[in-house]
Amino acid sequence: MTLQMLLFLVLALVAIASALGMLISRNAIYSALFLVLNFATVAVFFLLLNAPFIAVAQVSVYTGAIMVLFLFVIMLLGAERAGQIQAIQWQRPLAITLAVILLLEAGYILLGQRGVIPPTTAQIPEGFGSPAQVGTDLFKSYLLPFEITSVLLLVAMVGAIVLTKGEKK
Amino acid sequence: MLPVYYYLGLAIILFTIGALGVLIRRNAIVIFMSVELMLNAANLAFVAYARYWQSMNGQIFVFFIMTVAAAEVAIGLALIVTIFRTKASIDVDQISTLKG
Repeated sequence: MTLQMLLFLVLALVAIASALGMLISRNAIYSALFLVLNFATVAVFFLLLNAPFIAVAQVSVYTGAIMVLFLFVIMLLGAERAGQIQAIQWQRPLAITLAVILLLEAGYILLGQRGVIPPTTAQIPEGFGSPAQVGTDLFKSYLLPFEITSVLLLVAMVGAIVLTKGEKK
Repeated sequence: MLPVYYYLGLAIILFTIGALGVLIRRNAIVIFMSVELMLNAANLAFVAYARYWQSMNGQIFVFFIMTVAAAEVAIGLALIVTIFRTKASIDVDQISTLKG
């Protein structure tokens, strides 16, 4: 077993365990902290897949900004333990059944593709996934989507302010 | 690089856990976090295939997904705060009316 394989298995175990921890913990704060751990391990996967820029963006945007916002709202509302009682009795067993069906279906398709997907080459182009490469592609091939994204962020910013602004007396 | 289906398998498992979270949790914020988990699983599949085909397009897509996720979180949490103000609850079973 190679070092990369060992690293993958350990990290995959941490990622799945933290995702399950997010799912089953009763306190929403613990859920958010488990999700931070999950995002951090996924960032390491991005590093393993030669995507250093995306990995750093993952840590700074997801684990940094987004999860801090989540924790902030949970603590602000005091909503750590909201929503414990199930209103519909059969909802949980049905949800678990559907999730197992989804997992089996996707796993079946994946195992069917196992021999079909050829292995990739070990060598990669110089500077693959580096910030310079991402920037070049972003401003050459994806200039219009990039500009639209800036408008989207502006709309989100204005929308958040308008939504949380108090009612006019 | 490890075979691409290792990463795909992990992405499938994370996506399923996220979908399960959306279905069984009642707390609106935890449901929202499960949606983020699903987006992240999709990102993992994108980056795995970007490495597989040695093409930057997958990584650029992940960049855009992250931006959309950030905008979505900003709006979604603002909505949750507004709902909490009017209903004093973020239990999704209790938010059953469209009137404020």
